[in-house]
Order: sequence, then structure tokens, then C-alpha cells
Amino acid sequence: MEAVSSSLSLTTVTLFLPMVGLTILLFMNEEKNRAAIKWVAFGFSIATFLASVLMWAAFDTGEAGLQLAQRFDWLPSYGISYFVGVDGLSLLLVLLTTFIMPLAILSSFRVHVLEERGREKLYYVFMLLLEWAMLGVFVVQDMIIFYIFWEITLVPMYFLIGIWGAENRVYAAVKFFLYTMAGSILMLLAILYVGGQAGTFAVPEIAAMVASGELVFPMSDIFSTQSVLFLGFLVAFAIKVPIFPLHSWLPDAHVQAPTAGSVILAGVLLKMGTYGIVRFCLPLFPEATVEWAPIIAGLGVIGIIYGAWVSFAQTDIKKLVAYSSVSHLGFVILGIFSLNPQGLQGATIQMVNHGISTGGLFLMVGMLYERRHTKSMSAYGGIWKALPLFGGISLIITLSSMGLPGLNSFVGEFMILLGAVGSNVLGIFFALFATLGVIMAAIYLLQMFQKVYMGELDKEENKNLPELHWQELAVLIPILIMIFWMGLQPNVFFDVMDASSQHLIAQMGESVPQILTMIP
Amino acid sequence: MESFAQLAPAIILFPAIGAFINFFWGARLGERNSAIIGTFASGMTFVIAFSLLLYLSNNGFRPAVINPPIFGSWISIDSINFDISWQTRVDTLSVTMMMFVTFVGTLIHIYAIGYMHGDPLFSRFFAYLNLFLTFMLILITGNNFLMMFVGWEGVGLCSYLLIGFWWDKPDGVGWNNSNAARKAFIANRIGDFGVLMAIFLIFWTFGTLDFYKPAETAVDYASVGHHGDEDHATEGEGTHEEGVAAEEGETAGEEAHGEEESHGEVAVPLYYYGTAGVELSQLGAFGQAEVLMVEYKSANEVVEAAEAVLADAQTEDDRAAAELGVDEAEAVAQDLRPNFDIGPFNLNIQTMLVLITLFMLLGATGKSAQIPLFVWLPDAMAGPTPVSALIHAATMVTAGVYMMVRSNAFFYHAELTSFLVTIVGATTAVVAGFIAIGQFDIKRVLAYSTVSQLGFMVAAVGIGAYPAAMFHMVTHAFFKALLFLGSGSVIHGMEHGHHHLHEHGHDDHGDHHDEHEEEFDPQDMRNMGGLRKKMPITYWTYLFGTLALAGIWPFAGFWSKDEILADSWLVGFADGELRGYIALGMLFIAAGFTAFYMWRQIEMVFHGEARHEAAKHAHESPPSMTIPLMILGFFSLTIGFINIPTPLSSIFSFFLSGLVGEHSLANFLEYSITHFHIPDFQPVIAIAALSMGLGAIFFARSIYGGTKAINKDGKDPLQASPSTGQVWALANKRMYWDEIYWAILINPFIRIGKFLANVIDWEFFHDYFHDKVLHRGFVTVGNLLSKPFDIGIIDGAVNGVGWVVGRISGGMRRVQTGYVRTYALALLLGVVIVIVLMLLPMIQN
Amino acid sequence: MVEIEAYVVLSMVLFTLGAMGVLFRKNAILVFMSVELMLNAANLALVAFARQWNAVDGHIFVFFVITVAAAEVAIGLALIVTIFRTKQSINIDDLHLMEG
Repeated sequence: MEAVSSSLSLTTVTLFLPMVGLTILLFMNEEKNRAAIKWVAFGFSIATFLASVLMWAAFDTGEAGLQLAQRFDWLPSYGISYFVGVDGLSLLLVLLTTFIMPLAILSSFRVHVLEERGREKLYYVFMLLLEWAMLGVFVVQDMIIFYIFWEITLVPMYFLIGIWGAENRVYAAVKFFLYTMAGSILMLLAILYVGGQAGTFAVPEIAAMVASGELVFPMSDIFSTQSVLFLGFLVAFAIKVPIFPLHSWLPDAHVQAPTAGSVILAGVLLKMGTYGIVRFCLPLFPEATVEWAPIIAGLGVIGIIYGAWVSFAQTDIKKLVAYSSVSHLGFVILGIFSLNPQGLQGATIQMVNHGISTGGLFLMVGMLYERRHTKSMSAYGGIWKALPLFGGISLIITLSSMGLPGLNSFVGEFMILLGAVGSNVLGIFFALFATLGVIMAAIYLLQMFQKVYMGELDKEENKNLPELHWQELAVLIPILIMIFWMGLQPNVFFDVMDASSQHLIAQMGESVPQILTMIP
Repeated sequence: MESFAQLAPAIILFPAIGAFINFFWGARLGERNSAIIGTFASGMTFVIAFSLLLYLSNNGFRPAVINPPIFGSWISIDSINFDISWQTRVDTLSVTMMMFVTFVGTLIHIYAIGYMHGDPLFSRFFAYLNLFLTFMLILITGNNFLMMFVGWEGVGLCSYLLIGFWWDKPDGVGWNNSNAARKAFIANRIGDFGVLMAIFLIFWTFGTLDFYKPAETAVDYASVGHHGDEDHATEGEGTHEEGVAAEEGETAGEEAHGEEESHGEVAVPLYYYGTAGVELSQLGAFGQAEVLMVEYKSANEVVEAAEAVLADAQTEDDRAAAELGVDEAEAVAQDLRPNFDIGPFNLNIQTMLVLITLFMLLGATGKSAQIPLFVWLPDAMAGPTPVSALIHAATMVTAGVYMMVRSNAFFYHAELTSFLVTIVGATTAVVAGFIAIGQFDIKRVLAYSTVSQLGFMVAAVGIGAYPAAMFHMVTHAFFKALLFLGSGSVIHGMEHGHHHLHEHGHDDHGDHHDEHEEEFDPQDMRNMGGLRKKMPITYWTYLFGTLALAGIWPFAGFWSKDEILADSWLVGFADGELRGYIALGMLFIAAGFTAFYMWRQIEMVFHGEARHEAAKHAHESPPSMTIPLMILGFFSLTIGFINIPTPLSSIFSFFLSGLVGEHSLANFLEYSITHFHIPDFQPVIAIAALSMGLGAIFFARSIYGGTKAINKDGKDPLQASPSTGQVWALANKRMYWDEIYWAILINPFIRIGKFLANVIDWEFFHDYFHDKVLHRGFVTVGNLLSKPFDIGIIDGAVNGVGWVVGRISGGMRRVQTGYVRTYALALLLGVVIVIVLMLLPMIQN
Repeated sequence: MVEIEAYVVLSMVLFTLGAMGVLFRKNAILVFMSVELMLNAANLALVAFARQWNAVDGHIFVFFVITVAAAEVAIGLALIVTIFRTKQSINIDDLHLMEG
């Protein structure tokens, strides 16, 4: 926090690059510059990505606190300020966002729904707006502005689903909007209360006050102030993640959204929930977190098994992948509430991994859909023979999602489960049941792979499908690179967040010494 | 020679490169080139394995831990000292595995050139084979559990890809193949669940996943005086007798010690701990387990000593004091015992080891196809035959046994698990042997035979005979690979014979023939018979394999099976342990089954007369297939000599000296296996086993010999006989194992899945809860608010204000005439009023 | 010298005439002229008081009023012409569009 300055930081540059692109897009003529529009959008998403890579380069991994921070007062009388900056946890998610975004935009180039429904300019404007809002959620350190960005993400996503979605798009869009909105209202109340008590809305400051005992939210039973505040935040995040019984909006939104929308939804938007838990619930309400951890982690474990089981029974590929998200994010929840470094770091790595693997799966489904215009698994069969290259890539992505060692998801799942076994907040049975989810992942994903790609190529319409276009390949190759990189050498990513997560655990340990006993 | 150890990472690299090239350029390279690349990569692994063997023998068998040059650590978190590296380990155990895996692997590559000739995905097949070798070698060479797990899952993946290699075959065959592949993967994943849990517990117990730390490798074995060949020459019967004697008279603590000494077992080597002044944290998981167990046992000794005092106590006072002493001792022991917090539980080291090994056992039952997870292996025969030989007979399926042997330090101390391991292994050996009798598919018989033989190895682990398990694994790799490749040659011959028939006989047979073609199964032994004349090389090599598997002297199987039986005899009769009796009894039965079903197969396939046109036209396979057969045949005869038990070795030594010594393999393995049995030759057991095998062969010959192998109805003689028909049917139906799983596990799983997805999630959560409760509830409340409340009160108030305003302005509008003069007059009046108001004060004044 | 009262009375008479003209005439031109009459009545009063008190302010004010009146005439006549064009009449009683 020493590094906070009011001069322009790289974080602000990265945050507002999509906005610059958006402004340029607004001044372009849709009819005349049809081709230029998408390349401008793509170009700015790439520029944002490069800027975030610069952030990574400028980031000092040994430093636990905020870096590249910038702050100036906005409404000083209320303690609200424009306060941005990254620590290890948020930097990873910023990188994930800026990595997924160009791929999502590039994958839209060849999507025929855009030609069918038109309004391409609006589409790319929403894409950049979404990127801006998501980056804002990850870099902003002021709760009020966080809340504003949090709500802004809804708007472009609502329209992306509602305008360019599938048959039931309006229903899905409204449902998506209302569910998330309903949760965030509670969060707003909690934010106002916390900010009022602390006299500032800057999260690092409040966290430090909580750790030093300067600010105390009473916690004696589950109806205490702290517990209620914790739940206020948690419900908003839990709907977004989604944690088990609140997941009902997810299959609708995913199935109805256009491919790029699903990719972003699964890749980044869901991570906002898990990120929020790590950023707000843990440091601000440590006692309540420990108190609630078994219940929330229990819901996470139920989600793992339930999501996998429901996924297994789907006939629609996209729905299958959507439910698999419930299962995979259950792991993240379990890791977070293990409340030890292994679990927490595993969870953060798994957030990134899930973005890549599930993003890849949605891209895969999208590419199949572009060719056959159906998402029903029974319409496929033997696709590997028709599209050998695509089949091979799909296999790798599927295996990655399944958590094959050597590929990315394994590292995260392994660390999470390792953390869960050793967590003295939870206990071995959580890990035992969660590990069953690893088996079930193999069951539903292999079944999907078998039904779609294996077997005889017996359907006439499947025989002459076109092989991957170079643009599609350009979308998939970065995903493959990340799958192998994070699977074989994940240390680079662990290094980024090591100090920050250590700091977080230590901070929580100030209030709840119990969790420090887990650290060797 | 020192630097040879540095080659260890290359053994993984070569097949990885081979796989890479064949994946991406294989199709363009053509069949010949991709075969050369694949086989070369595989051959290089053998060369490296051999140089590693040279390294070991020239460096006093000292293990080496090698960090690969580019990939350093894999997962490392600095703040909590968490570090898992890509680290390879060269020790006698891993080199033993490497040697036979790469050797058999290379032969199978060569064989596959002929077998897969003409397949459209030829290059991909070689890519998969190379990929498999990569993962298998990662599994073997890894120096930590997680790296082993990478290989473990990786070989499972390759097995999946290769079982389902022909997933696009028409008429539902491809679908069945991919089903078999999926089944294999999922069954393996259930095992992987166990391995993962074991890994987690190991980490939280020992704080590391490394097998051994570098500090341990640095110890020079020879200088510590741990090893010496003469130990084993002098130990043996004599020592064993002492052990039995010791058991009878002495105290409990010493009794345990005496047990360790029995039948040539080497005491726990703590050379690196204490002597070398090494900290506990500098030891790997196994070293720590040993040390902690010593602490645990010494804690127990305190209690035992106190209890002994209690037992000796005469007077009441002494008794009371002794009881107090026992309590105190318990308290002291509680502190001394190493305890671990696993989540909210606090468990001692013994319990931890039992838990860890139980989970490992689950893993081993998956990978090594033991009860209850063995059902995938027979189905895995859907893959091409070289795959069955390499993965599903010789190498991958032995990974479970390898893991248990590697973790012998854990299993040795976990007696409960060891007992269970014995039961699982022995039961599997018998059950699979029994089922094999009822099969007609040539590969399926071999598959069940593999399961049964793996049961032998697992049982050997259970009784603590780790070198014997390894020995059987090595010999089995050779003769079972030989048998599979032989069966592949037979199938190849049958297919060609059928092809031949098809080309020549089409005109003669017409429609009848076509009909026949659909039914023809080249793997069905009922269609074979009399192939001895057609395929002489295959026949003779197959016979070698059969005799080796049946355990007939002097073939390899005799030595290795005898070693296991001798060991279980010693554990049973000498140490009086139940698991020894169980293993001995059940494995004897299994050995009988083995000889029986193998000879049944010989009779059905090669003897008698051809029962199908295809068998009449079959011919010998090309040299690329028969040469590997001959090489493997040679080794099936001779590989057993690497581990000849003690007294016999002197008989052989005059013409084999230098090449083999007594118990060469076991002594070699001793450098990496801590806990040891090396049984001496047990003539009783050997003769009994041999006569069991020969008896079963003669029995099989009497039933199936000559032309009786299959009777006129196409039935097995046992099937036709009313006395054995029902039992045979049970074997033929595979004891309904799959059906039971479907009924009690898989169908409920599917049904629950559908229920959760359709009823709970969709109808309840999605439709009912969301649409009905939330959505309709919202609408209902909304309607309630809108009609009476909103329209009645809110609207009323607002409209009322509007109405009043309207009425007032309606009155006032008349003022506005629109005539200028009205406005001017108003203006004037206004002015006048203003003036009057201004002047009013003046007037008043 | 004429007394100031005379000027003021004349001014009052003229203003009253103008005011009556605005209120009672129907011809727009005449109404207009009546407005001019009122302005000039005011001018007269201004000039008379200026002379009485020996101050220039009144004279300057008159110049302004004359200027504004000229401008007013220009716009007013233009409006009347336009009204005549649309209504074919300059009778102000025909113009009551503002009626409420």
C-alpha cells in the first residue's frame, strides 16, 4: 500500500484500454466498416492483453500488498475513492480476463448468428464494455466502485444473451439478470454497513483494520453482525459462482448465450464470485468464515457431485458443459474454504484453469454447432473421423477438463484436494467425497467424447463437415498452449500469488489463530 | 559410467519425441518411416535402460536421483516449502522395470509393424505406443508419488486410446470398442481415486511426496556394511530355524526382532538415520515411515514392559503399583508415538500407514485388474493385439504391483492391509483362473489368465515377498507378451485364411458364404484347430509360453511361481501367519487352473483338426511378427535363471556362472526394497507345484485331447457333460460379474443421474422452484399489489390531484380571451394597482 | 417660461389618449399608433423633467426610447403585414388564438 500514488498507473491503462476501443467503435459506421469494426475490437482486446502482460512483468512477486496502485479521491466526504491496484490473486484473474477476451472476440468472427441477426457493431461494443467491467471488478479496491463494476458486467451480458442468444434467449437473459441482481442488493447493504463502520470503502485498509482489531464486527453466533454481513456478501458471490442450490440460472444462461458469451461467462464471470469470496469474505470476516466454512464447503462438495451427476444425464452438449462448471467450481469453493495455503492457491489456480478448460469446451461446442446447427449429442457420432484435427484438439481439452495429470486442471484439483485433506476447518470426508468427483468427471466427459467423436461415422450430414478454419485454429492454439504450460510448469503462476495468499492467511490468522496451525 | 545416470531423463524424452513426430507428421511420413521412428524411439529406451543397468553395477548399485535439465520443479510453493519436482530415480527397482518394459516394448513395436500393416491410422498407432512408453517410463522412473501418478494416469489414457483404437469400425463394433475403452478408463479412475487419497495422506503424514531424498542416495551402501552377498549365503534355513526358536521362548519385544530375522529377511536399515546424522525432514516418505515406526514400536515396548511387570506382580500392593505403572507407561507411550493431525482427526503412524496402504490397494486393484475392479481388463481385449500384449499383459497392468513393491516400507508395517492384499490377490488368481476355463475367445482366455497371474503377484506382495512379486512380474512380462503376440499371429493367420477363402470360394458358395462371413469371428477358438501344421513357428513359441505360464520346469514361470509359493509356505508354516496359508492354498488351486486352461487352449487352437475353412487356409505370419515371437520364446525359457534359489544355483553355476548367480534378481532388488524375504528352494513345494501343473495338463489333455476339443454341437466337452455343465456355464458367463455391477452400481448410477438431472434439477429447481415459486410468486404478489393497492390507492391519489388541478384550471381559462385589449387592460389595471400601492404610503402620510 | 405642470398635464392627456386607443380601437394600425402616442407622452414627460432638474439623464433616456420605438415599429409593422397576409384582415378582434 506504500506504492499507492495518484499518478497514472499501468493498472488504469489496462483498465481503460477497452474503453478507448469502445469509443472508437462508436464513431465507426456499421455499414461501411463492417470488417474494420471487428478487427478494431480484436486489436484493442489484444492491446489490453499486452498491457496486462506488462503489468505481470512489472509485478514484484515477492511483495504481498497492492502493486501498480493508483488512488485519488472521488467522494472524499463519504470515503469513496477511485482506487485501483493488483495483488497476486487479482493479477492472475486480470490475465485470465485479458487472455480469454481476444479469443472470445476472434471466435465470434465466424459465428453465423452475427450475420443472421446483424448489429455487429453493437455486439463488439458490448464485448469491450464487458471486458472493461470485468477488469474493473478485478482491479478496483474500493467497495462502492467494485459494486458499480459488478453491476455493469450484467448489462452487456444481458444484451449479448438477449440479442444474439438461442431460442429462449430473452427468458435466459432476464433470469440471469434478476438472479445476479437479487444477490447483489444484499451485498450493497453489507458494503454500506461495512463502509459506514470503517469510515472508508478501501478494502485493503478495512482488512488491515480488521486484522489489527481496530474494527470489530461482533461474532458470537450465526445471527451476529459479522455472520450476517458475511452472508450478505456471500449470497451475491454464491449466486454468481454458482454454489449448489443457487445454480438454476446457469444452464439457461449458458445454453442460450452465443458461443463467445458462454466462453466469457464460464471463463471469467463465474470467477468474479469466487474472487469476491477471497477478496471480501475472507479478510473482512475471518471468524464468520471459519464458522461457516464447513457448511459452504459442504455445499461445494455437494455441487461437485451433484453437478457431475446431473451433467452425466444430459443429452445436450452445451448443457453438459454448463453443469460441469457447477462441479468444477465446487472444487474452487472447497479449496477456498480449506483456509490453508495449499487449498487457497489451488483454488486460485483452478479459477484460471477452469476458465481455460471450460472456455475451451464451450469453444469446441460452438464450433460443432456452427457446423451442424444442433447441440444434441445424438446428432453426432464419429466426428473424430470427419474432423481428425478438431477431434484431437477436443480430446486434449476434454482431458484437461477431466484433470489428467500433466494438463492444467490437475494441478489445481490436486492442490485443492490436498488442502482439503489437511484442513482442520473441514476434515478428510470433504476431500473424500470431492475426490469422487474426479471419478465422475471422467464418467460424464468420456461419455460425451464417446458419443460425439467416437463410434461409426454413420450420419450422412456429418460426413462432409469442413475442417477447422485458420481463425478457429488461432482460437484453440493459445488454449492448448496454456493447457500444457499450466499443467507442466505451473510454478510461474504459483509464484505470482504466493506472497499475496500467504499474506491473506496471515491476516486471517490474526483474528482466528486456529487456521495458522495448518501452515508447516 | 558415472555419467550414464544422467541419461535417465532421456529415456522419457525419446518416446515423447517419437510420439510427437508421429502425431503431427506421421500421416505424411508414410507407414515405413513412422514405423522406423516409433521403433527407433523405443529401441533407444532399451539402450538407455541398459546403460543405466551398467551404471548401477559399476557404482555399487547406488541409486541416483536425476533432475531433468529443463523441467526443474513441477509444483512448488516457496512460502510453505512445498516442492514437487520432475525428478527421475535410477535404482535397482526402477531399472528392473525399465529393462523388461523397454525390451518387451521394443519387440512389440517390431511386431506391430507387421500386425498393423495397412491400417489407415498406422502412424497414429505408433504415436500412441510411443506415448504409452513415455508415460510408463515416467511412472517407473519418477522419484515422487505425484510423478508416479502422472505416469499412472497417463498410461491409463494411452490404454483408453488404444483399446478404443478401432472406434470407427462399422456395425456397432466400433461403438463396443469405445465402450470397452471408456470402461477401462473409468475403472482405472476409481483406482486413481485411491491413489490420490493415498498421496494426500502421505503428504500430510510425512510432509513430502518424495520416495527418497537426495541425502539418502548419497549414502554409500557398501561402506555402511548393509549389503553383502554372503549374508544370504549364510542366512537361510539356519537363520530361519533360529527365528522359530526365538519365537517360542523370548519376550514380546525380542520376538518381533526374531521375526524380522526369519527366513533371510534383512533387518530395517537405518543406516541413513542416526549413523549419518540425518534429520527426519531430510528423509523421503519411506525413510520417515521406517524411523517413525521404530519410534512407535519403542513406545509400545514401554507399555509392554509395564504390562509384564503387572503380570509378574504377586501382592495386591504390587498389583496396584503395577497398574499405575501401566497407566503411566500408556501416557508416556502416547507422547512417544508419532501422531498426525489429519483435519480434525489425530491418528498415529500405524493407523496412517494402514489407511495409506488401503487406499493404495484400491489403486492397485484398478490398474492391476484385481477384484473388485478387474472387469475392465477382459473387455480391453477390444484393442489391437500388440496393445493387449504390451499394455494389458506385460507392462501397464503391473504398475499396481510396482507401486506396492515400491511402497514396501508402508505395506510391511501395515499388517491389516497386507492381509487384505493377500486375500484380494489370491481370490483374484482363483476367480480369474476359473473364469478363463469357460472362455472361447482366444484373447479373452489370455486376459483372464493375466488377471489371475497379477493375482499371484499381488498375493506375493501381501505376504511380503516383494522380490518374488517382481520376479514373477518380469517372467510374466515375457511369456504373457509371447502368448498375446502368438494369439495375434493366430488371429492374423485366421483373418488371412478367411480372406483367402473369401477370394477363392466366392463363386462356389455364393450366398451361403456371405451369410457365413458376417458370423465369422477370427478370435473364436471354436473356429480353429489343427493350426500346428499351418503355423509351426507360432505353435512352438506358443507352446513355450504355455509351459512357462503353467509353471513347468525349466521354463521361466516355474521359477517365479515357485518362489511365490515357497514364500507363502514359509510365511504360513514357519511364521504361522494366516495369510501364508491362505495364499498357499488358493495360489495352488490357481496354478492348477492355469495349467488347465492353457492346455485347453493349446488343444483347441493348435491340435486336432481344423473346424473352419479359415483355419484350413491359415498360414504363418510374416517375419516381423515371428521374429519377436522367437526372441520372446527364448526368454520364456531362460529368463527364470536370473533368480534361481539358493541350493540349486550351485548346480547350474558351472555352466551359467558369471551370467546368473543365486537369487541374482532378488539381490539386485535388495538395494531398493527395504523389506525382504528370500526363500530358499523348497523341494516339497516345487515338486507339488510341478505335479499340480503337469497333472492339470494331462487332465486337460484327457478332456480336450485329439479331436475332442470341441464337440459336434460346437460345445466345450465340459459344457456338454451334465455333471460339469452348470459350473462351466458359470465360468462362461464370467460369474455374472459384469451383470451384478450393472444391476447394483451402474444402472442405479444412471437412474439417479437421470433423476437428479430431469426431476430434481430441471423439474424441481429449474421449473418448479424458479418458474412456479419464484416467478409465479413474484407475479402473484405483483398482481396483488397492482390491482387493489396500486390502482385503488396510489393511482387514486395521483389521479385525484390531477382532477382537482383540471377543474381549477378549467375555471381559470375563461380569463384568457385571446383579445389583445383584454391583456392590455389587465396590464393597465396592474399598473394602476402598482401605482396606487406605491402612492398609498404617501397618501397616508 | 411654461410651468412644468403644463408639460405633465399634456403628457398625461396624450398618454390617456394612447391608452384608450389601445384598448378601444380595432384596427391594428391604429392600435399601433396609439402605442407610439403613449411612448411619446412618456418622452415628453422625461424631457420636461430633465429640463426642470437640469439633468441630462432624461434626454439620453429619450434617445433610447426613440431608438427602441423605431425598432418596435419596424418589427410591429412587419408582424401586421404578415397577419394581414394570413388573415386578410387587420382587425384585432379576429385574432384571439390565445383564447384559453
